[in-house]
Amino acid sequence: MGRVRIQSEPFDPGTELEGFGAGADVGAVVSFTGIVRGAGELARMEIEHYPGMTEAAVGKIVAEAEARWALADCLVIHRFGPMQPGERIMMVATASRHRAEAFAAADFVMDYLKSRAPFWKKEFGADGEAWVAAKDADEEALRRW
Amino acid sequence: MLDVMYFAWVRERIGLPREQVDTEATTVADLVQELSAREQRYALAFADLAALRVAVDQELTGFDAPLAGAREVAFFPPMTGG
Repeated sequence: MGRVRIQSEPFDPGTELEGFGAGADVGAVVSFTGIVRGAGELARMEIEHYPGMTEAAVGKIVAEAEARWALADCLVIHRFGPMQPGERIMMVATASRHRAEAFAAADFVMDYLKSRAPFWKKEFGADGEAWVAAKDADEEALRRW
Repeated sequence: MLDVMYFAWVRERIGLPREQVDTEATTVADLVQELSAREQRYALAFADLAALRVAVDQELTGFDAPLAGAREVAFFPPMTGG
């Protein structure tokens, strides 16, 4: 069922989505791809994570999504290490019979990845380096689930 | 012996990613107090606990969490995944 990949290497959403959900009675596939912002301002971003806990925490989020919605498949890929603006950071894909489940589950997984998966982003720009601060809105977003 | 890990700016402030701590602390809060009393860099890192999160054996928990049987404790700022 759910699959989680935590990796430093880039990935290709097209390749990942090819055949995603095939073989099951799937009527909807939803995918979200997160990209490093800041072209022209940001030299690079570095993502640190907590090996071991990351896989467990993301696995738990995926399992919770699968318990709440009837999903034929759920995939999370999240990168760590250095990245340039424009590079893909992560993706979520969900497959279900109807689109409402696939959209809701992808939204849920995204909200939880933001503040419950042990990743930390650091930005490197012309003015120096800074850790990205968590937003109160990200924590509040969890309340709607 | 407890494996204590630090991530992001907590790691930078304390100056190392992990260390083994010989401690009798019974809760996370006790451990924080013990480390803070050791050296200034710990006291600075732990100055505002509201800005920190803690995991015991890779499970997110609170500062009142017991340490009985724990192998690994990690301190870090609020997570910024996605």
